[in-house]
Amino acid sequence: MLEHAWLIPALPAVAFFVILFFGKRLPKKGAEVGIIAMTISFVLSIVAAVDWIDRVNAADTGEHGLGAFFGKGFMAAAEGEHAVVAPVVKSVTWWTSGGVDFGVGTYVDGLTVMMLIVVTLVSLLVYIYSTAYMHDDRRYTWFFASLSLFSASMLTLVVASNTIEMLVGWELVGLCSFMLIGFWWEDRENSRAAIKAFLTTRTGDIGLMIGIIILFFTVGSFGVGATNSYALSPGAQHDLLLAASICLMIGIIGKSGQFPLHTWLPDAMAGPTPVSALIHAATMVVAGVYLGARLYPVFYDGFSIEAGGVNMMALIGGITILIGAVLAFVQRDIKKVLAYSTISQIGYMVMGLGVGAWVAAVFHLFTHAFFKALLFLGAGSVSHGGTHHSFDMREMGGLRKYMPITFWTFLIGSLALAGIFPLAGFWSKDEILVNAGSNGFDTFLIVGLIGAFLTAAYMTRCVYLTFFGEYRGHAQPHESEPAITIPLIVLAGLSIIAGIINAAPLGLEKFTEYVEPTFAFPDLVHAEFDYPKAILSVSIAAVAIGIAAFYWFRHEETGPLKGLTQRNKLAHAGYTFLENKYYLDHLYENVIVDGIRGPVSAAAYWVNQHVIDGVVNGAGRTATRVGSFAYDTIDQRVVDGAVNGMAYETGEAGEELRKVQSGKVQRYALWLFAATGVLALAVFITNVL
Amino acid sequence: MDINQFLILSAFLFCVGIYGVLARRNGVLVLMSIELMLNAVSINLIAFSAFGREVAGQVFALFVITIAAAEVGVGLAIVLLIYRNLSSPDLDEVDQLKG
Repeated sequence: MLEHAWLIPALPAVAFFVILFFGKRLPKKGAEVGIIAMTISFVLSIVAAVDWIDRVNAADTGEHGLGAFFGKGFMAAAEGEHAVVAPVVKSVTWWTSGGVDFGVGTYVDGLTVMMLIVVTLVSLLVYIYSTAYMHDDRRYTWFFASLSLFSASMLTLVVASNTIEMLVGWELVGLCSFMLIGFWWEDRENSRAAIKAFLTTRTGDIGLMIGIIILFFTVGSFGVGATNSYALSPGAQHDLLLAASICLMIGIIGKSGQFPLHTWLPDAMAGPTPVSALIHAATMVVAGVYLGARLYPVFYDGFSIEAGGVNMMALIGGITILIGAVLAFVQRDIKKVLAYSTISQIGYMVMGLGVGAWVAAVFHLFTHAFFKALLFLGAGSVSHGGTHHSFDMREMGGLRKYMPITFWTFLIGSLALAGIFPLAGFWSKDEILVNAGSNGFDTFLIVGLIGAFLTAAYMTRCVYLTFFGEYRGHAQPHESEPAITIPLIVLAGLSIIAGIINAAPLGLEKFTEYVEPTFAFPDLVHAEFDYPKAILSVSIAAVAIGIAAFYWFRHEETGPLKGLTQRNKLAHAGYTFLENKYYLDHLYENVIVDGIRGPVSAAAYWVNQHVIDGVVNGAGRTATRVGSFAYDTIDQRVVDGAVNGMAYETGEAGEELRKVQSGKVQRYALWLFAATGVLALAVFITNVL
Repeated sequence: MDINQFLILSAFLFCVGIYGVLARRNGVLVLMSIELMLNAVSINLIAFSAFGREVAGQVFALFVITIAAAEVGVGLAIVLLIYRNLSSPDLDEVDQLKG
């Protein structure tokens, strides 16, 4: 299966076309095609994972993989570590230009396999969920077609064997997110959100494209393996790799919703909830993190991660953790709380990559996919069954009685997100923090701990507002149907157990063992599990939950914090500042967009009026003049004159010549004899005289 | 005998014929003038044949006589038809092909 990994993205891509062309005629309106294709892809991903694990095990116990070629010295150095397991690369030439081959193929290793499982599994659950959630939508079939294309694009990005192919997948993901965020485009707000998401991520994509170009000219190849090997080779040009890393980082910032280009992500909530779940958990935003993980040696060398201190990647991630988490407090829309939470959590992953905690970052991507999908789908379930399609938490409250399954699963997701032992989020987040500390990034360890505190607190607020207190809505809340609750239960189960896979104290380090590449990959230090830090982070989260619960559960009474924002000027100013999302949207929309739009549109109008219209009118006038000149002079005089003149002259000549044609035979004879006489004379003169 | 005498006779006859063809208005006389011209040519041929000891010229003269007979036959038929149509043998009136 490792050699035929292309099937995994191909199936949903085929499903896209099948749904598009035949979906409406099928009994389930095309949903079944998407679900079947995704199920097969999921099964194939599992098979690929098993094959990969076999491959790693075989290399460890057997001939020690490539190690055998390098002799004993290498073996001694690698003792206690895994043998080098080369990724399975299949590539065919797509086209050749100027001697450069543009290949298309697959690059399968542990990271790829892990991503394949996450994407296909979450996609599958989202599809099943959507059959109920989108049941009455007028563009139901188109929705499934777009979802299939979305998953296919993400899978293409994941299996890509070279950066060009990655870029193709990356852009397709962006396009699909545009289609799906603006799925209900009848509302102007939704289509604006879609355009915003598209343009904001495009801003980052420019960076990505430039980064890929720099990498190509540095390395001389687009291949993932070649790029990574080059970055680790002793002769690598550090300055060029730094430039490439910065450009790629801009791409990651755009796609993964990192500060300062995160503003599109909350607006992307305009799309249907399953889309939000897909964007936030399995596709789109993790694309940036995946890129960072895939081309990690480039960043490792470019940003000198080994040296510790501060680098762009860790800094961006750290800032994003905090600003995302703080903003989540002032949201009234449950999906926006989750959106800012995603921004913050992706910040953890980027920071994890930035501090050299590769395994932890990828592990966090893995666990986060499950509990964030769970939370989004739970929020969707709340609006589906509880509030009649509203996401405003002011219309919720007390739903735990009406929607027990949704409540319990949402609670599990929240606890996992908050990093409570022993749920999934605890293991991965703790691993990032421990590694940040042990790699010499103490600042980011503290940032991470503050983030953990904030995360626990805002999730408590969110859970309280949604499920506790009195019901404030105007609908009849009821539990959602099985197609919605079953994916929730599955994801809740995964949110509980997913963390065990790489739980160091239990002796399970499957991610380090199988996911971390051994081929063309820096030697990262893996921190030991640190009990004090783990206890510290859990207790921080617990304290946060306690404080938040105290505040929110008691806030009906006269708590000391009640009405703080009304009473205290500073707090009020802070609240306003947060409400306006640090004024970043104002900066982008009012200052930059309007600033550009105003003068540019005025200039464009002026250019339009004066230059373009002038050119067009001038061209028109000139054409008219040339035309009339041509008509009057050339056509009428020259052409017609020639034709008429010829006819006239012919007539005149005929008139003259008709006199010769007298009809009198003897006159003809006279001409005949005269001509003969002249001829005879001529012969006489020339021959005789 | 000198060949010039025959040539002068021949030329005279030919000129009479030309005059007749160009100047006479009666179709029959035009035909007769043509006969004169033909005979003038025949005299020329025979004269050169006799003086040049070459028999081909006389044979040619015989052909001319034969053709002339046929030509007169056709020519008289044409003149007869003209006369029937126009009740006159005057060639000046035969100008239907005037341009």
